[in-house]
Amino acid sequence: MSITRVMTVDGNEAVAMVAHRTNEVIAIYPITPSSAMGELSDEWSAHGQCNIWGALPKVVEMQSEGGAAGAVHGSLQAGALTTTFTASQGLLLFIPNMYKIAGELNAFCMHVAARSIASHALSIFCDHSDVMACRQTGFALLASGSVQEAHDFAAIGQASTLQTRVPFLHFFDGFRTSHEVAKIESVDDDDLRWLIGDEGVEHHRSRGLTPDHPHLRGTAQNPDVFFQAREAGNPFYLACPEIVQAQMDRFAERAGRHYRLFDYVGAPDAERVVILMGSGAQTAEEMVQWLTAHGEKVGVLKVRLYRPFSVSAFAEALPPSVRRLAVLDRTKEPGSIGEPLYLDVVAALRELRDAGNSPLEVDPLVMGGRYGLSSKEFTPAMVKAVFDELCAERPRNHFTVGIVDDVTHTSLSVDSELDIEPDDVVRAVFFGLGSDGTVGANKNAIKIIGEQTQLHAQGYFVYDSKKSGAMTISHLRFGPRPIHSAYLVRKASFVACHQFAFLGRYDVLDYAGHGAVFLLNAPYPPDEVWDALPREVQQTILEKELRLYAIDAYKLADELGLGRRINTLMQTCFFAISGVLPRDEAIAQIKKAIEKTYGAKGHAVVARNFEAVDRALDNLHQVRPPTKITTGRERPPIVPAEAPDFVKQVTALMLAGKGDLLPVSAFPVDGTWPVGTSKWEKRNIAQQIPVWDSDLCIQCNKCAMVCPHAAIRAKVFDPVRLEDAPPTYKAVAYRGAEFTGSHYTIQVAPEDCTGCLLCAAVCPAKDKSNPRHKAIDMAPSRPLVETERENYAFFLDLPEADRTQVKLDIKGSQFFEPLFEYSGACSGCGETPYIKLLTQLFGDRALIANATGCSSIYGGNLPTTPYTTNGDGRGPAWSNSLFEDNAEFGLGFRLALDRHVDRARRLVITLASNIGEGLVDELLQDRVSGEAEIQAQRQRVDELRLRLAKVQTKEARELEQAADYLVKKSIWLVGGDGWAYDIGFGGLDHVLAMDHDVNMLVLDTEVYSNTGGQQSKATPIGAAAKFAVAGKEISKKDLGLEAMSYGHAYVARVAFGAKDNQTVHAFVEADSFRGPSLIIAYSPCIAHGYDLSRGLEQQKLAVKSGMWPLYRFDPRRVQRGEPPFQLDSGAPKGSVKDYMRNEARFRMVEKIDPKRSKHLQRMAQEDALRRYWVYRKLAGATPPAPEPPTSTTPPPPMKEEGR
Amino acid sequence: MNLSTTYIGLQLPHPLIAGASPLADDMDTVRKLEDAGAAAIVMRSLFEEQLVMEQMASLRHLDAHEDAHSEAQSYFPGPNRFSLGPEEYLDRLRQIKDAVRIPVFGSLNGYTPGGWLDFAKQMQDAGADALELNVYHITTDPDQSADAVEDQTVEMVKAVKAQVSIPLAIKLSPFYSALAHFARRLDHAGADGIVIFNRFYEADIDPEELAVTRHLKLSDSGALLMRLRWLAILSEKVDASLAVTGGVHTGLDAIKAVMAGAHAVQMVSALLKHGPQHLDRVHSEMAQWLEDHEYESLEQAQGSMNLIRCPEPQGYERANYVDILQSWE
Repeated sequence: MSITRVMTVDGNEAVAMVAHRTNEVIAIYPITPSSAMGELSDEWSAHGQCNIWGALPKVVEMQSEGGAAGAVHGSLQAGALTTTFTASQGLLLFIPNMYKIAGELNAFCMHVAARSIASHALSIFCDHSDVMACRQTGFALLASGSVQEAHDFAAIGQASTLQTRVPFLHFFDGFRTSHEVAKIESVDDDDLRWLIGDEGVEHHRSRGLTPDHPHLRGTAQNPDVFFQAREAGNPFYLACPEIVQAQMDRFAERAGRHYRLFDYVGAPDAERVVILMGSGAQTAEEMVQWLTAHGEKVGVLKVRLYRPFSVSAFAEALPPSVRRLAVLDRTKEPGSIGEPLYLDVVAALRELRDAGNSPLEVDPLVMGGRYGLSSKEFTPAMVKAVFDELCAERPRNHFTVGIVDDVTHTSLSVDSELDIEPDDVVRAVFFGLGSDGTVGANKNAIKIIGEQTQLHAQGYFVYDSKKSGAMTISHLRFGPRPIHSAYLVRKASFVACHQFAFLGRYDVLDYAGHGAVFLLNAPYPPDEVWDALPREVQQTILEKELRLYAIDAYKLADELGLGRRINTLMQTCFFAISGVLPRDEAIAQIKKAIEKTYGAKGHAVVARNFEAVDRALDNLHQVRPPTKITTGRERPPIVPAEAPDFVKQVTALMLAGKGDLLPVSAFPVDGTWPVGTSKWEKRNIAQQIPVWDSDLCIQCNKCAMVCPHAAIRAKVFDPVRLEDAPPTYKAVAYRGAEFTGSHYTIQVAPEDCTGCLLCAAVCPAKDKSNPRHKAIDMAPSRPLVETERENYAFFLDLPEADRTQVKLDIKGSQFFEPLFEYSGACSGCGETPYIKLLTQLFGDRALIANATGCSSIYGGNLPTTPYTTNGDGRGPAWSNSLFEDNAEFGLGFRLALDRHVDRARRLVITLASNIGEGLVDELLQDRVSGEAEIQAQRQRVDELRLRLAKVQTKEARELEQAADYLVKKSIWLVGGDGWAYDIGFGGLDHVLAMDHDVNMLVLDTEVYSNTGGQQSKATPIGAAAKFAVAGKEISKKDLGLEAMSYGHAYVARVAFGAKDNQTVHAFVEADSFRGPSLIIAYSPCIAHGYDLSRGLEQQKLAVKSGMWPLYRFDPRRVQRGEPPFQLDSGAPKGSVKDYMRNEARFRMVEKIDPKRSKHLQRMAQEDALRRYWVYRKLAGATPPAPEPPTSTTPPPPMKEEGR
Repeated sequence: MNLSTTYIGLQLPHPLIAGASPLADDMDTVRKLEDAGAAAIVMRSLFEEQLVMEQMASLRHLDAHEDAHSEAQSYFPGPNRFSLGPEEYLDRLRQIKDAVRIPVFGSLNGYTPGGWLDFAKQMQDAGADALELNVYHITTDPDQSADAVEDQTVEMVKAVKAQVSIPLAIKLSPFYSALAHFARRLDHAGADGIVIFNRFYEADIDPEELAVTRHLKLSDSGALLMRLRWLAILSEKVDASLAVTGGVHTGLDAIKAVMAGAHAVQMVSALLKHGPQHLDRVHSEMAQWLEDHEYESLEQAQGSMNLIRCPEPQGYERANYVDILQSWE
């Protein structure tokens, strides 16, 4: 056995470290959960880490998986060792090329962290639907079930493909394996070189296309030859399984771990066997071992090589005694007889039987079942449920396990109390807040324990759906044997809660086993902690006899100058209490880890963390509870009693973390979800909320405009309503020209505010005697929540302003009701104010097609939905399709809508005599839209309905259904720069090139925000991002200029923090423009690396420095003899340095390489000046106005009705 | 003309030094300064506070978003690839040392006792020939007495002196009520040189925005006068060398400073305004003036106009003020 290294890594890293060392070209596109593999490869190459042949692998990020697939195919055809990493929808985009790569017998091993394919909903989590969608491509499919296996099979896959020439898709479970941190033994460069050998590599290279001995590939073949040529590759597939087994045998020689194509574990005389692949097989193995120890005749067959499916290897592996088989698939194929693995097993058994080759004593019963879709937990108890079902007289076929199906009754019942986890494995669960470092500390703890002791360690991390103020739950296990429990910890001996507020919302102690330790971060002195606990918590502590420890970590962290980072403090406490390592050794190891993690970050960070370690234990106190409950204070209900039924029955359970309990019947059948649910989730995460000084206020409404969460609003109303106002409700006379005689309020939504500070930052009204005091100040929230809650409820009941009286500027826009509220976006998000504005201006008649990205996550990630309705029940209709198709998807809305309008108009004409000519003319007249016209048309439609009610024809009923389409709708195609500049650009460009009336809003964060900061073509020069680590060298793509070149599209570039009125005008103009409109909106983001409460300043600097010019290109101006292009920002002033120095994405480059940074800054400066010069020229360019039509000019094309 | 001088134990061919500023950030300028004959170069100050703030900001804005959301374990590339410590500064120091043959001084503005010490040692290890400790501290706290403020600096000097072997010069602001006494304390603490006076950014008020803005104007020769007075007062009262910074723009300014007691003369604004070659001009002016006035060497003039030796010392003291008022009558 060669020397191996023990390390603690997650699945992605375990795979990437093999793939990077055994390839020359890596072409990727990021997608959860596989992104990290590409990112790590890029980092290693940037660091100069070479592959096993001493060459530096080249890593490129393409514009989409389709692009990556093309690049991969090309690289393989030209003879380089190439790999890629993808999943889910991305993998689907690879399929056309996969057919080609397999058909050409190119040696290629790709790696997939298997993820659900979006069907009724999108999911980032694990199942096998994506890899199963590839099983017909001709790729070999190799399945890993653990981090160690993923590492090993990455090597085996690479070696096998070079020997077999069959391309390989190596997969492992997304999140469950890809993100699980575990202790593994790694294979080193020598092992890899020995395993892979030279022959396959040489052969691969020699096949590369070259003019020096050229070939042709990719012919078009005809019926005479295609079929035969297709069959010519058969021998390679027939030979493949044996070669893979040979590689596995060779691998065993070096590493000592021996795999087989099908691995059987269990009783040699088993009668009941389950068959599955992936991490579920690990869990099944645990249950089987427990059952066989109790005398049961059961076993599990773990499938490693799924394609090519070797019937003989399958037969050899099964115990001949088997009588009943349950085949578990981690995917769903609606409409088929059963899922893929099941069908393969049935076919295999049938073939064996028919050929007379079956080694089995009897013809077994075969059941198929589904489990684990989208990372649904798959526990030993569920495996037992399957085995129990196999004992039934007539076991159910096509069952599900892990859910309650009360609709088609497929689900097995599971004994949820069954717990087979051994006592010598320490199980610990930690509840943390996203920004406090809990997960990082736990990863360190696993490293320390895994690498400094003989113990094995495992960590798995669960996040919630919010992008800020999110909860993290870390599941850790430590034990004497390798840990194969691929499921969450349920009964822990150590539970830590790092955020006191969680006790009031979640059943944290549900995870605690009897007698467990409970470590609590509590903002109270030790003698007050007990009384501060909610009743349920006190009860559980007493019932389960938990040992309670408390520390005021936030106070201590603040004293130490660590802000809100309590990770080191809590980690030290964990080690001290749990005793996993002797205390002094633990402290030494923690300090070593601090050096390693923070060493390069700076001495102050290291010093403060060291001090944290030293002082943590002095501040840790054991709290001995009294013998009884001392409080009546209970956890408040998750949602208030007045919430709608769906929210109370479904959403509330999901918010409480108990969504798993919901049965199938609770859900809409087609993925449709109700709007307006986020208002029921009162998150209460703001430490400070805004306080309004009505005397100082200049009533500009900017505070309302900049709020990302619609948590501060402005209203004008009749002062007579104040009679019923709560005692602390504030209002003041309104000083504007419209709404004379009204009163005015700025009101905060205290429980929805995230405390981002933007409203206070933008407020221009300073107290002349005390400028530190503004009309909006921030104040600690706790004392204010009660009263402001009351005030907000009163505020919401006040009527909304008459839309027809509102002036369409920044101030006026904020008197419109926002129909996008309290989303899960980051605190200080720069995208959401634009969306909120969109819904204020057009929300009650808008359809939104939303690309995948941050906006689809905060826009539609359950449990809550932030789009809502107004008092009339109208609001944005919102849908997310995919990533690459969003422009086309939105175009589809327009195509359909136009047909509906068309139909409605024809019906109006048909029913003219019933309706009355006057109303018909009014309804059909084509007017410029505006609030007044919209309202008037709605009234006409109401009148129409009244008249139709008296008509008894089929047409009248149809028109009733279609009448609302006569009110003009506003269609918005919304997405980030990832969509607009990269993966969706083809569609966006095509839609721009057409003449349909759609509005495209690009929320430009200049980076792939949602997936963690990979560069896009929108990333500006000099910014560091993943795949542009040393700072992007190429200028930001000028999407606006390209769009303008068509001449018939409306294009605007806006930044609300720099010029809010121009932003509002752009939105209004885009909507009124009858044709394609494009708005590119500057959006500050946490991926820029600075405190987002300064986002407005940065927007101003971006515009001032010329990095983000503002303009509007309106083709309508040509008619008026004006240049269509209007520059709304001035000549660049100051330098780009003033803008860049405030953001870590630029600063990082300076720190890595100051000389390069200066060079890039200079290029950025020149770029800004050059671009401004071009825009200046455009602003002065007036194309000749079109000539008035004469009798000889051809007639205009036939206009479609209804537009 | 012999313009040589001894400053903090270093033999310099003449007193003209390029003072702490961004001048030394650019290698071309560094070489030009050497070509122009600078006797030594002082690097710009390393501010501990800035380093610490950047480190903590990085923790807040980069680390705080790590492992917070399932789709993004981080938002920035490679966590440990860039340093937020003094490495950039030290690398620059090494680079300058490699490029020139004249002495290079590191300049340090510490904030915590540990910070002063650590960075001082690191600068010495990186090859600095001497250190200038930039005491830039504006005491706004009414609870902090003059003694307390001075004690802090004295303790720091003692601590650093105990740990480094290269010479230490302390750069002071003018705002001490008993500067002569304080200078002597520094002397006893082991300071090799005292540099007067530091210039602070001036805060200005923007009455439109009701905001405080900052402002740094370059000095002119007018700024020299206060420095001349204090050079004269301190000269020969302390063992430490004296250097002047602020207000030296011409050869005559330099001469005056030396006469008042300066062993070294730093220029910043003049070089920023006129370029590095201006140093050579000033050098020539000095030599010419001494030549014209039949001096044997600069040393002959050194300290000639200090409080002890000048003909009418009351010009430096209070009496001068009284005199002027009377003459008005």
